[in-house]
Amino acid sequence: MLGIGILKGMAITAKNFFGSFVNKRLLPTLQYPEAGNSVTLFSRNIPFLVYDNDEDPLGTMRCVACKICEKECPPQCIYIVMEKDANGKPAKRPKVFDIDISVCMGCQICVEVCPFESIKMDSTFELSTPDRFEGLLLKREHLLKSNTYFHKIHPDEAQEVDDRLAAKQKKPAPTPSTPAA
Amino acid sequence: MTPINPDQLIVQLTQWALSFLDSYPLVAVLVAILLSTVPLVAVFPICFAITTWLERKGLARIQNRIGPNRTGFLGMLQPIADGIKMLLKEDIVPKTSDRLAHFLAPVVLMVPAFTILSVLPFNRNMIPAAVDTGVILFFALGSVSTLAVFMAGWSSRNKYSLLGGMRAIAQMVSYELPLVLSGVTVIMMTGSLDTTKIVAQQQLSEWIQSSNAGLQCLGQIIGWNVFTPWGFAGFLIFFVASLAEINRCPFDLPEADSEIVAGHLTEYSGFKYALFFMSEYVSAFAINGLSTTLFLGGWSGPNIRPPWSDDPNALLIPGFVWFFAKMFALMLVMIWIRGTLPRLRVDHLMGFAWKFLLPLAIMNIFVGGFYYYAPRWHGIPVVGWPIGFLVMYLSYECIGRLNRGPKTAQRVYHYAS
Ligand code: SF4
Ligand code: SF4
Repeated sequence: MLGIGILKGMAITAKNFFGSFVNKRLLPTLQYPEAGNSVTLFSRNIPFLVYDNDEDPLGTMRCVACKICEKECPPQCIYIVMEKDANGKPAKRPKVFDIDISVCMGCQICVEVCPFESIKMDSTFELSTPDRFEGLLLKREHLLKSNTYFHKIHPDEAQEVDDRLAAKQKKPAPTPSTPAA
Repeated sequence: MTPINPDQLIVQLTQWALSFLDSYPLVAVLVAILLSTVPLVAVFPICFAITTWLERKGLARIQNRIGPNRTGFLGMLQPIADGIKMLLKEDIVPKTSDRLAHFLAPVVLMVPAFTILSVLPFNRNMIPAAVDTGVILFFALGSVSTLAVFMAGWSSRNKYSLLGGMRAIAQMVSYELPLVLSGVTVIMMTGSLDTTKIVAQQQLSEWIQSSNAGLQCLGQIIGWNVFTPWGFAGFLIFFVASLAEINRCPFDLPEADSEIVAGHLTEYSGFKYALFFMSEYVSAFAINGLSTTLFLGGWSGPNIRPPWSDDPNALLIPGFVWFFAKMFALMLVMIWIRGTLPRLRVDHLMGFAWKFLLPLAIMNIFVGGFYYYAPRWHGIPVVGWPIGFLVMYLSYECIGRLNRGPKTAQRVYHYAS
């Protein structure tokens, strides 16, 4: 009969209306500041840099300033300057590592391309700042976070990464992408 | 002094107050006018505020959201917050607009919206303007709003506004016909254009005046026009056409926000916008009030005579309670529809009015005539009811089938499966 579709539609909306009072699934809203947040194990937004030893962040960071991520980042929001030692020899760690998070689109490509498991996705989200230029340009010091933290936010992925690194250490085969200096 | 009658309390109070002014007839007239208009202008904006809150909350729940909940308990102060926001906004008038028309449009829209309320009987003896031709006056004044909408569209000198205004004219003129024609059936059956008579005709006075409480209750309901085949069909046609008449979903083409910005409202801001908004809701109330009057028995509802009263017409619950309950119920259905149906396409909109609603409304008039003259058994329309119902149902099916467009081939997706 003509008009049955309309009645069916009305029934569905009515079901949603009344259901939202009794069924949690039909009212998924979280009242954010009061009722916590919806960060899950699968949340990913901006990248951070991993270091291994909690006592010595700058000494044990994994990044070697190879600039692969800088080149691959689609919106070009990473800026890296490699550190040089006194003789002008590259020190294989970044002096400057900036990510403009107002430009970063959270695509995770930097994570995919990094050969050293050094850059990973974070799930922090309370990033608002009154300063929209400097405040949104995250420096090396802001980006460095420990492996412990990585284990906390994404345990499965962190464990996988650790296993991979351990396997690599056992048989230090000459990988073409990391020529011995 | 007449005995206290809860049903008529307000009317009696007014008469009592006016009796002090008997020696000053001119002042008495002025006060009487004020006493019947001020409540309208006071009550309906409050209703408007309540409805916006209901609409926000209801739509939110339909869309699995919570809706406003920060302003007061359950967000109940949201309308006040909205009002303050509207008042504080800058009133921007386009440089090249027709300033006078641009200024007048919201006013011209608001005046008929409130004026048409005055022919609605809210209760027995409680009608702001008892006009013999109330229904005609309602439709005549109600169609002034088309002019206001077009004024707004034209004067803004904005292509979207103009498109919205043109759509509004086409839509409102088209839907005026089924609206009026479905009302004509009721007028035909009652034999009167007077809204109070139309309500009175829907009450079975012998039952109401009997001493049995159940009969008193039933007598207030059983006679509603909506329980007859022509009344039911007429009510549906009237309701759908009234949705279009007041530009509500799914007929909100004049202000279709995803197509033409906001139609005739594009260049309005601040208080003028608020006026448009309010008039729209007040006319929604008015037209729901009229469909309540025409089809849903007006102010009658399950009601009994107060035990202490021996006035055969006295009622325990004031009639306006039922009137407003029905009006709000219709408003809620409108909100529900808004949460369900998507907007129509312009050609579908026109086709729906001219090819579907109009023939159906004309058919309804014939069915009404048949029902009136069909033989009855002890006053019960044993012939008119079933045959009228059948005829209405068949014409609904037939007109619906005739309107079916050519069958288009099923779309084939090559890549998405
Ligand atoms: S690709 Fe990895 S190691 Fe290379 S610069 Fe980026 S983060 Fe550092
Ligand atoms: S997540 Fe994407 S956009 Fe953001 S820094 Fe990495 S590559 Fe660039």
